[in-house]
Amino acid sequence: MIRVVLPAHLRTLACVDGEVTLDVEGLVTQRSVLDALEARYPMLRGTIRDHVTQRRRPFVRFFACEQDLSHESPDAPLPDAVATGAEPFLIVGAMAGG
Amino acid sequence: MSKVRLLVGTRKGAFVLTSDGKRERWDINGPHFGGWEMYHLKGSPVDPNRVYASQSSGWFGQIIQRSDDGGKTWETPGGEKMPDPYDPPAGVSNKFVYDTSPATGKPLTTHQWYDGTQRPWEFKRVWHLEPSPTDPDTVYAGVEDAALFRSSDGGQTWQELSGLRDVKSNLWQPGAGGMCLHTILLDPSHPERIFIAISAAGVFRTDDAGKTWRSVNRGLKSQSELPDPDAEVGHCVHRIAMHQSRPDVLFMQKHWDVMRSDDAGESWHEVSGNLPTDFGFPIEVHAHEPNTIYVVPIKSDSEHYPPDGKLRVYRSRTGGYEWEALTKGLPQRDCYVNVLRDAMAVDSLDPCGLYVGTTGGQVYASADAGDSWAPIVRDLPPVLSVEVQALP
Repeated sequence: MIRVVLPAHLRTLACVDGEVTLDVEGLVTQRSVLDALEARYPMLRGTIRDHVTQRRRPFVRFFACEQDLSHESPDAPLPDAVATGAEPFLIVGAMAGG
Repeated sequence: MSKVRLLVGTRKGAFVLTSDGKRERWDINGPHFGGWEMYHLKGSPVDPNRVYASQSSGWFGQIIQRSDDGGKTWETPGGEKMPDPYDPPAGVSNKFVYDTSPATGKPLTTHQWYDGTQRPWEFKRVWHLEPSPTDPDTVYAGVEDAALFRSSDGGQTWQELSGLRDVKSNLWQPGAGGMCLHTILLDPSHPERIFIAISAAGVFRTDDAGKTWRSVNRGLKSQSELPDPDAEVGHCVHRIAMHQSRPDVLFMQKHWDVMRSDDAGESWHEVSGNLPTDFGFPIEVHAHEPNTIYVVPIKSDSEHYPPDGKLRVYRSRTGGYEWEALTKGLPQRDCYVNVLRDAMAVDSLDPCGLYVGTTGGQVYASADAGDSWAPIVRDLPPVLSVEVQALP
């Protein structure tokens, strides 16, 4: 079970409170987690990564285990603590006012 | 007794304001989508409870919302949460992808950037949604970077009408607010005729439902903004308006100049007349008097506030040239708000109602065609758009 924390605006959009839990088959990567997230919550498509290029939106960051994973390869394995559900995968809106 | 519903988009959410036909007491419902920029909301003329809304954010991009109960509840078309096990829907109601060259797969066109260099089209947001007058599932979206999209499935999927960009789009350029397609006028007497306006490119018309387009900017002059003041394209048109009974007559608030066309855009002439300044953003036509029009003069392009600190709506009963200031109930001192291009609306009751929303968060209403005004609400976030529906 993968735990994902969404920023407030996306929690509202997805109509969820608190963390989201997902089942991810195979290797746990940014891509596989986001694929599972978007399949479960189709209204989030295009809000975290571009519909066409699948690249992370510029003002979105990915954190986990006190690390910034935003610039890691989307196919790199996420930390074991995320893959086991011990730690959440954090999707964060960049700190830029607003 | 008729009811009136105002759909107000702001920088931090949407609000639905309702009143009876007297338009004196208002219920204010919102914010919907709090914290998001709501550029525009508009209801279907054939199904007024079907309302489309453009929700956007610099962080998370574009969302399209749709309501089927007049704005009480909302959904992202085709984007519902899926149960387990699930077969997910497409979830692409916010997928605005520009057409590319069928031969190369590369971008079709480039446009001018502020510095005159060429840039490829890049989607930013939906500025304006225009539902079809005949089909509640058909809706047009005017977007930044400027293009027109159409959905025929209630906003679930969108297709660009990219023939528009065949018209010298390498000379289009962004205005101060970006390169946006902000006005869509569907001609009620010619179902295949659409007028659109872009800042800063001008007015364009199709007579074949969007396959082919041509510019209709003859008569516009942009002395300070373009190297060729009467160029075919490049003009910073802020908004255009028509009366449904007379679709060949168009009125325009340009960056500077208030203009009029009597031949479906083939030629334009200036009708600024005695306005204190002919810079501004919105322009509207009275619901029952096709020759009565309204503008909100703003001091200048570098000072986006009313002249003399007085918020005045100006009305011309002669289709331009001769204007009168409407001030009763509007702030006449120390007022430095703006009224943006989509933030003025006219209802179809009798007498005709008029509404303006300001960047200071006020929404003012007039139930007597502009003669007198009163604030409905004073402290909303900056107002981006106001639309009104008269309901049975």
